[in-house]
Amino acid sequence: MKSLLAPGHRGCAGCCDAMAAKFALMGAGEDCIVINPTGCLEVMTTPYPETAWDVPWVHSLFENAAAVGSGVEAALKALGKADKAKVLVMGGDGATLDIGMRSISGAFERGHDLTYVCIDNEAYMNTGVQRSGATPFNASTTTSPAGKVSFGNDRPKKNMPAIMVAHGAPYVATTSIGYPKDMINKVKKAVDIEGPTYVHAHAPCTTGWGFDTSKTVEVAKMAVQTGLWPLYEVEEGEVTKVRKIGKNIRPVEDYLKMQRRFKHLFTMEGGAEEIAKIQALANKNIEVYGL
Amino acid sequence: MAPENKLDKSKMVVVEGSYAVAHAAKVCRPNVISAYPITPQTHIVEDLSQFMADGEIPNCEYINVESEFSALSALVGSSAAGARCYSATTSQGLELMHEVLFNISGMRLPVVMTIANRAVSAPISIWNDHQDAISQRDTGWLQLYAENTQEISDMTAQAYKISEDKDILMPSMTCMDGFILSHVYEPVVLLEQDLTDEFLPAYEPEHVLDPKNPLSFGAFADPNYYTEFRYLQEQAMQKALKKIEDVANEFYDVYGRYYGGLIDEYRTDDADIIIMAMGSIVGTIKDVIDKLRDRNVKVGLLKVRSFRPFPVEAIKNVVKDAKVVVVLDKNISLGLNEGALFTETKSSLYNTDIRVPVVGYMIGHGGRDIKIDTIEKIIDEAEEVMKTGIKIESQFTDVKEELL
Ligand SMILES: Cc1ncc(C[n+]2csc(CCOP(=O)(O)OP(=O)(O)O)c2C)c(N)n1
Ligand SMILES: [Mg+2]
Repeated sequence: MKSLLAPGHRGCAGCCDAMAAKFALMGAGEDCIVINPTGCLEVMTTPYPETAWDVPWVHSLFENAAAVGSGVEAALKALGKADKAKVLVMGGDGATLDIGMRSISGAFERGHDLTYVCIDNEAYMNTGVQRSGATPFNASTTTSPAGKVSFGNDRPKKNMPAIMVAHGAPYVATTSIGYPKDMINKVKKAVDIEGPTYVHAHAPCTTGWGFDTSKTVEVAKMAVQTGLWPLYEVEEGEVTKVRKIGKNIRPVEDYLKMQRRFKHLFTMEGGAEEIAKIQALANKNIEVYGL
Repeated sequence: MAPENKLDKSKMVVVEGSYAVAHAAKVCRPNVISAYPITPQTHIVEDLSQFMADGEIPNCEYINVESEFSALSALVGSSAAGARCYSATTSQGLELMHEVLFNISGMRLPVVMTIANRAVSAPISIWNDHQDAISQRDTGWLQLYAENTQEISDMTAQAYKISEDKDILMPSMTCMDGFILSHVYEPVVLLEQDLTDEFLPAYEPEHVLDPKNPLSFGAFADPNYYTEFRYLQEQAMQKALKKIEDVANEFYDVYGRYYGGLIDEYRTDDADIIIMAMGSIVGTIKDVIDKLRDRNVKVGLLKVRSFRPFPVEAIKNVVKDAKVVVVLDKNISLGLNEGALFTETKSSLYNTDIRVPVVGYMIGHGGRDIKIDTIEKIIDEAEEVMKTGIKIESQFTDVKEELL
């Protein structure tokens, strides 16, 4: 399959955003227009006068990508070109769950025919690994650092897919860059469904999470295999498909110990209890989704 | 010599200012309208919504956004995708758009937006002054101010023609005084569809988002490149100085109506005192001038239509032989105790041979009524300045001491 994201961009070795963008484009195909908010992906792919994008691409601001996407879609309709291009918004977790929340909520409520892919690397990577609403419980980031009296981020991830389901989106899916076929197929399905569709891609960041640049895919897979990141599809409000883990399920330690951001849980007093809380989150997912 | 306005009275209908503007926007054949309601802009978007509901705007989508921030953000996408775009807002809505304003102009997207000028909070006020738009002065939008409903409606078509010009490609705000113009019922000639089709060519942008020719919009520029983007924007603003004049003349040729180009003048030929102002206050000033002229006070008006780009040469040309210039501002730069038109007029004259005293009055904040008496008093004081020089350079007008 042809990659519509050219090599030579400024992403780190093992960059999750580059993989996510590449897979999303494989799913969407070349007849698409990409809207990309501010963040790592935008900065690393378009240092003027260069661009890595082989599809039309527009970046406006950090918090408005879904609104810009609404505008692109409306223009295509008004100009009689709606069948000529899919509208594909691709934004980071900060751009999606936090600062862009109003804009994505508005776009989905209005029912624009667009697909929104959230590339969730679980923090504001572009500005140096600050916490976001997608940062997991007990992860150490630069604004939720572990310290003498802190285990790091003290809140669980915001459940963004559920919020998008609540908007009445006809299709909401979670995926992971550890499973490229899964991601490509889900984006393809999403762009082919009329109306606002949402794909939330888990994307481990080598720099922000602290693991070797060769391990991006391995870490991504482990998140799924522990039950911390369940892969599922929701169509018209109903869960229609779940990726089962079955007997191969792994304890969350196996995932946590791969990453520097959780290192303190293995060295601090009381760490074991904290890990148990994270295991409880995974168990909940296993139960809810029948993993 | 400025062309003489040939208003065809037989074509006039009595409508609300907002309706005239909405009608003008419609006649300009926009492809995407995106706006969020806020007093006193609401009637414009309601009228446009009704046009949409009645199928009166062909090839157009109206996006009912959830905020002004998204209203203008959506137009980034629409304009980049090749659509002619329209919005309208005021006050809090305009301030909420601040970040997007820079973005639109930086990307050279020729969006046109009507501003029903209103004061900004706090304290919250729905009434007119110019603080909202003036505070967006440096965002790279053309800012044109209208005197009456006829002018603001016609200015819509002019703005598209200026903004979409290949040498300009900068967005425009067309400014009308909130309530004073937006809610007044006056006879106007509604912008004519046939003439507008003749005057305003279809929007055919050179660069659009199109899978057949993939381009990247909104790349990031490191210090090697950023300066030139800003420089080119300023060049476009400078070119707009002439374009605004040209378009006003072209408009006159097609429609027979004229309101000035960058500026307009009223009884300035032999004037010792020149009053400068923007917006609907100009009408009041003209009445005062007529009255005082009867008493042989040599006073004239310089109406500023274009605040951005700022018409430095045009202003110099009018005030060079005056004995005093009085600038009225419905805004203030807090901490400088001056309104923007005053500050910029002074700066236009500095480093030149023109040695005319300039005094400033900040007036009409938050919709405070501007009375004929007040203008007369200001002109009286200007006569004093002519005799004895400047005593107070810049001041608030009509402050109620008993409330302080
Ligand atoms: C209004 C605004 N606030 C803050 C920023 C600074 N900023 C730029 S990108 C970014 C974080 C991006 O995080 P995310 O969306 O998760 O994408 P990532 O870089 O992690 O892929 C921040 C905080 C900005 N550009 N604009
Ligand atoms: Mg992120």
